[in-house]
Amino acid sequence: MSSTAESRPPRRSAAMGFLLGQLRNIAPVIVLIAMVAFFSSTSSTFLTVANFMNILSQISLTAIIAVGLTFVILTAEIDLSVAAVANAVGIMVAYFTLQPEYVNIANMPVHGVLAIVLTLAACFAIGLTTAFGVTVIGIPSFIMTLAMMQIANGVSAMLVRGQIAYNFPDAITFLGSGSIFGVRATIVVALVFLVTAHLVLTYTRFGRYVYMVGGNREAAEYSGVNVRFVIGAVLVIGAMCSGVAGMLGVAYFGSAQQTQFDTYLLDAIAAVVVGGTSLFGGRGGIGNTVIGLLVLGVLNNGLDHIQIDSFLKILIRGLILLAALIVNVYAQALRAPRTADEG
Amino acid sequence: MNLEQAGGGATAPLLELRGAGKSFGGVTALEGVDFDLRAGEIHGLVGENGAGKSTTMKIIAGVHHDYRGEMLVGGRPARFRSPGEALAAGVGMVHQELSVAPELTVAENVFLGAQPVTRLGLVDWSRMNREARGLITSLGLDLDPRARMGDLPVGLQQMVELARVLFSGARILILDEPTSALSPPEVERLFTVLRRLRGEGRGLIFISHFLDDVLAISDRVTVFRNGRRVTTEPVAGLTKDAVIGHMIGRRSAELHMGETAELRGDDARPVAMSLRAPGLDIDLRAGEITGVYGFMGCGQIELARALFGKGRIRGARIEIDGRPVSLRSTAAARAAGVAYVPENRRMMLFREAPVYKNVSIAILDRIHRVWLRPKAERRIAQTHIADLQIRPPQAGIAVGSLSGGNQQKVALAKWLTHLPKVLILSEPTRGMDVGAKEDVIRILRSLRDRGVAVLVLSTEPETILTLAERVLVMRKGAATLSLSRGRIDKSHLLAAA
Repeated sequence: MSSTAESRPPRRSAAMGFLLGQLRNIAPVIVLIAMVAFFSSTSSTFLTVANFMNILSQISLTAIIAVGLTFVILTAEIDLSVAAVANAVGIMVAYFTLQPEYVNIANMPVHGVLAIVLTLAACFAIGLTTAFGVTVIGIPSFIMTLAMMQIANGVSAMLVRGQIAYNFPDAITFLGSGSIFGVRATIVVALVFLVTAHLVLTYTRFGRYVYMVGGNREAAEYSGVNVRFVIGAVLVIGAMCSGVAGMLGVAYFGSAQQTQFDTYLLDAIAAVVVGGTSLFGGRGGIGNTVIGLLVLGVLNNGLDHIQIDSFLKILIRGLILLAALIVNVYAQALRAPRTADEG
Repeated sequence: MNLEQAGGGATAPLLELRGAGKSFGGVTALEGVDFDLRAGEIHGLVGENGAGKSTTMKIIAGVHHDYRGEMLVGGRPARFRSPGEALAAGVGMVHQELSVAPELTVAENVFLGAQPVTRLGLVDWSRMNREARGLITSLGLDLDPRARMGDLPVGLQQMVELARVLFSGARILILDEPTSALSPPEVERLFTVLRRLRGEGRGLIFISHFLDDVLAISDRVTVFRNGRRVTTEPVAGLTKDAVIGHMIGRRSAELHMGETAELRGDDARPVAMSLRAPGLDIDLRAGEITGVYGFMGCGQIELARALFGKGRIRGARIEIDGRPVSLRSTAAARAAGVAYVPENRRMMLFREAPVYKNVSIAILDRIHRVWLRPKAERRIAQTHIADLQIRPPQAGIAVGSLSGGNQQKVALAKWLTHLPKVLILSEPTRGMDVGAKEDVIRILRSLRDRGVAVLVLSTEPETILTLAERVLVMRKGAATLSLSRGRIDKSHLLAAA
């Protein structure tokens, strides 16, 4: 009897327990504040309104992709095809638009609205394919989306054949490169996506299912929740968000070509995970993703403001991601002893 | 190792336990148990769940080491601190759940972790296959050592595991429920092998719920009840009824609650749900509690899952209100009015989520198609908390911090807002204190009175006898007994299972 009592971990104080439980939410905020303080003190050009808007603009496309990825990771799945899908969808919308004479692409110009509709439908089909592979066939999402990444890259390659396209539907050009009341339009779109996703996750039945499926998939199933539908739906949402980011992205860059979104895969995953959404599902949300996006945005932007070897930047980003992963997993482990006692 | 040598002749037992006792957190699981195993003997071990069989075997096999009393192996005191130490001393165990590597070959499984190697440090395949074949042949079997383990039927996989334990030099063999997954010819083949091992002078302990098997193979039988050894008798002259009598204890004066039941099945009631499969035929009637009894692995879990749209039983046809249905998912089953509380609360509850979210998860769509209504969720949860007397009565606290009995009530509450047509429960009262048990029983009876068809599946006869008005006993996936009227007691259930 006494031996079982002794083998228990020492009781933590209530306040300490709360802080440890909130580690995943608190740590990214502290990191963000520390980085802002650091870059502000080392660079005179960092802490300005213009630069702040610049950071927002830089993270806006990542934000749209990260919104979809937040849904996926909350259910404890992963989508590695987001950047490739964004790229393919961006190229598709160009494929449906009349290109200048000198662009040597055998494309299929249609009316702008139809181009957007067709592209979104194709994007939806890509999401459905992923969802089918994961939920019906039972391929782990990690591998399924790896295959979809390659397929999307293949679609991109087939459509542009090494060329670059420059023209897009007017609406896309406006949303990707225009501005609304002096604010870059992509920022506004990203905000709309973030706010909508937050509302869906917090206030709708579907949002609750996403959290519950991520929290305990078996219990969700034994409660009569259609787990396969929920997982399929988040994968489709992931593909659609990537697709929108891809369409706006080509207009943002001013051109559509292969491999131009490659860095977005790591950035989007990093944003979600750095923000503190659990890789094991069920915890976190859009609030966390926003903090994660800001951490990455401030880091990328700040490193440009202090003179630093541009090659070292890549390494630093890798280290930051690793640190975030450690906190993410450790935060889960800290919770475990408090909930592991058999009831 | 030299057990016989140390024992000095046929009279000294291979293994002896004297006054063995074991407690878990102040609860006595075993007290004053004397037990002995002779060389060249098959010793049957029987008793109900929790009677002390497994605790005794775990002491012998080195799983438990902080026990009271002493153990002699080959006449010498021994206290194993791990299963590895026990195996090194010649005590091997074949568990009910086989621990084989299905992707490896038969030979690799026999020599798992101890493959013979050549001088270059590579696996010596030819020697391994040759020796594996030798071992398997010595068991009287003809089996290709290069066959993939997963391709073999369960009975042969078990033989390979047996060969592995023998290869490690075990003189004392403990077999836990070795026949539960075997067909009758496979059981016969196992018995042939066991008799051969007995002939070699080894001692075998045969633990089983299947009394017919125990009586067929054992030389002596030891019966456990409530953590004590009741008797050890030679099998000659022992009948199944006598063994059951020892297992449940004869109380001439008065039978305790749950040891006997008066069945009152009424065939006039409408059938809410039915399942027809080869060897299994079950009708769940509105306003009745049907009990399914059977040992672990008898197929009742599969039955419950199939009725709730998770998994299928081969050749089964399911009808709800007389109409055939195909339950493709648990969501479809829920929509059709079927509710399920699985045997393990972990499979049913979100431990870190508050009580109200655990309750509302099954009815969110009825509260609102699109939006969440947290106030309504809390109000509904609060009603159930009051009705079911869940303690503490707070809708906002994490379910993981409640006691087991209260967690079970939350798992039940999930299905009570809109009454289901059919409520299926696996082990609804297992591991609960008396008070919580009575609460759950009262709740289930009131649901029955309100017209719900309740199905209770359990490995505990008391649970079935307390609740059921109609009883089905299952064995190896098929029904062996189906009763709807008359007085029954434990012995009926045990005899049929």
